[in-house]
Amino acid sequence: MIDALTTLRPTEEQPLFDCRDAYVEVLADLARNDQRIVAVVNDSVGSSKLVDFERAFPDRLVNVGIAEQAMVGVAAGLANGGRIPFVSAAACFLTARALEQIKVDAGYSNYNIKLCGMSPGMAYGDLGPTHHSIEDIAWLRAIDNMIIIVPADPIETVAAIRWAAEHQGPVYIRVSRMAVPKINPDDYRFRPGRAVTLRDGDDVTLISNGTVISRTLAAAHLLAAEGVSARVLSIPTVKPLDVEAVVAAAAETGAIVTAEESTISGGLGSAVAETVVDRCPVPVKILGVPEFAPTGSASYLLDRYGMSPAGIRDAAVQTIARRA
Amino acid sequence: MTPLLLEHATMPVLGRVDPLATREGQIAHLAELARQIRIQDLKLVHHAGAGHIGGDFSAIDILATLYAAVLNVDPGRPGDPERDRFFLSKGHVAGALYTTLAAVGFLPVTELATFLQPLSALNGHPNRTKVAGVEANTGPLGHGLPIAVGHAIAAKLDGSRRRTFVLVGDGELQEGSNWEAMMTAAHHALDNLVLIVDRNGLQQGATIAETNDLEPLPAKAAAFGFSVVELDGHDHGALLDALSAAPATPGRPTCVIARTHKGHPISFMSDNVNWHHRVPKATEFELALAELNPTGLSRTGLAGFEEQP
Repeated sequence: MIDALTTLRPTEEQPLFDCRDAYVEVLADLARNDQRIVAVVNDSVGSSKLVDFERAFPDRLVNVGIAEQAMVGVAAGLANGGRIPFVSAAACFLTARALEQIKVDAGYSNYNIKLCGMSPGMAYGDLGPTHHSIEDIAWLRAIDNMIIIVPADPIETVAAIRWAAEHQGPVYIRVSRMAVPKINPDDYRFRPGRAVTLRDGDDVTLISNGTVISRTLAAAHLLAAEGVSARVLSIPTVKPLDVEAVVAAAAETGAIVTAEESTISGGLGSAVAETVVDRCPVPVKILGVPEFAPTGSASYLLDRYGMSPAGIRDAAVQTIARRA
Repeated sequence: MTPLLLEHATMPVLGRVDPLATREGQIAHLAELARQIRIQDLKLVHHAGAGHIGGDFSAIDILATLYAAVLNVDPGRPGDPERDRFFLSKGHVAGALYTTLAAVGFLPVTELATFLQPLSALNGHPNRTKVAGVEANTGPLGHGLPIAVGHAIAAKLDGSRRRTFVLVGDGELQEGSNWEAMMTAAHHALDNLVLIVDRNGLQQGATIAETNDLEPLPAKAAAFGFSVVELDGHDHGALLDALSAAPATPGRPTCVIARTHKGHPISFMSDNVNWHHRVPKATEFELALAELNPTGLSRTGLAGFEEQP
């Protein structure tokens, strides 16, 4: 049960999942039913877990080798030919190396390209900032036509991928490899641009997505034990943002804490803060990564940057104290 | 501003070559069409007060040959999935593309007068969501070839005989994305792909040889798996033969290295790096117009393009 979620360790009741497994399963299912679906990779068949996909659809997996700029261009050309390319590549290289291709060929040309950023955030924690993808959200948020989705669990990953396959236009989806518990119910329906209220509350709103959701829920649990009623909003669609849900959270709870596995500049927290400042100013605390992170697992680094359950709880208490 | 473009809206249109005409007849048609497109493009740049006339004139014979004789495209069905694809990678020569598209009926010639005007569909670089016949939004260099490679793969997956053409500037080949894409094209044996290099030897500020030399370009393209054809990019017969006959070799992508002159055939523009994006002054405009119109017809007698039915 969501509200009982207090530990980040796998247990019998709370197994953890690699969202890539859900991704490849749904991609293969989509491909079986729709000839237009193709995968485009940069030597990332293994790291994207697409070995079985390649075996099942050898012609429909285009491996351009270690060449990200050409990879996104090739995807644009496939889209020009009526295909629905799912580009699967490490988020750090996909978004940084091919940023202009993502801007021009995917966004500005408005081609029907699905960009799947594998192992985003600090999943490659030990490999250091070259392999961390914490800037991707900020970069892609600035690109018109681009829809950005950060799923929280395998259920949301599947739902988002299914939606993206139907949507006409460019979509960026983070596909996490960091072990996460299931948050959403099995009958969950992804609604683009809509927040999901995981828990209602009056004193403060905690907003997060992706790998930080379970930590945020755990923080709400800690707050409840202290008599603080926290609303928890999951915002899988960073762009377009659910402006109404954010404004309602500001108006009804008077304080907001955001938490995300990305840079504090230009990410989910920025999007929330931009909205709040414009529509309903209240204190907002943005938790995220403020620097090139040191070596460490993603879990360690999230703790370090204040996104342990206790860290998020403390941020909430401090933000509530700043309320007018 | 001169309203010259509008004056010519009712002039007869040459359009596509007659496939049943003799080779000589087709070549004569292409030569006249290219001359008319250059006149229109000169007016376009003069009228807008901006553009890339040097690169436009370098590429117009290639564009005219493609659209009038080679590409299987229909202005009445610009979204036909089975159409041949042409990607203009050197997007800064949008003016040449727009005048060519107008010449074969993809957009009304009257619309050319809006080039670079506020809210015009005719941006300084082509936009596929605004202009029928444009396949990709280009401008930054090194984008067209990867997209063309992706489309050629899509055509192979479809089992389709449609072909993919892409025009890159030679300076543009300094972008590494092209060489990434060339490797992929060869790996996939894309003999439905034709890479045309507008080999005018100049980039924005200097010659390519002075900046970051590409030679030996034919050997490099061949080493990257392409079947290489070298020709004079202003020779309509050579262009017609090579582009119609591609692939030059079954199982391999074709690279046509078209030797051209920036600003061709204007005496004071040709091979002059200053004409990358210089706008002709009034006297230069008249001189260039006279060179393009040696028969001395009155200005209003020069051919333009009429709106297609």
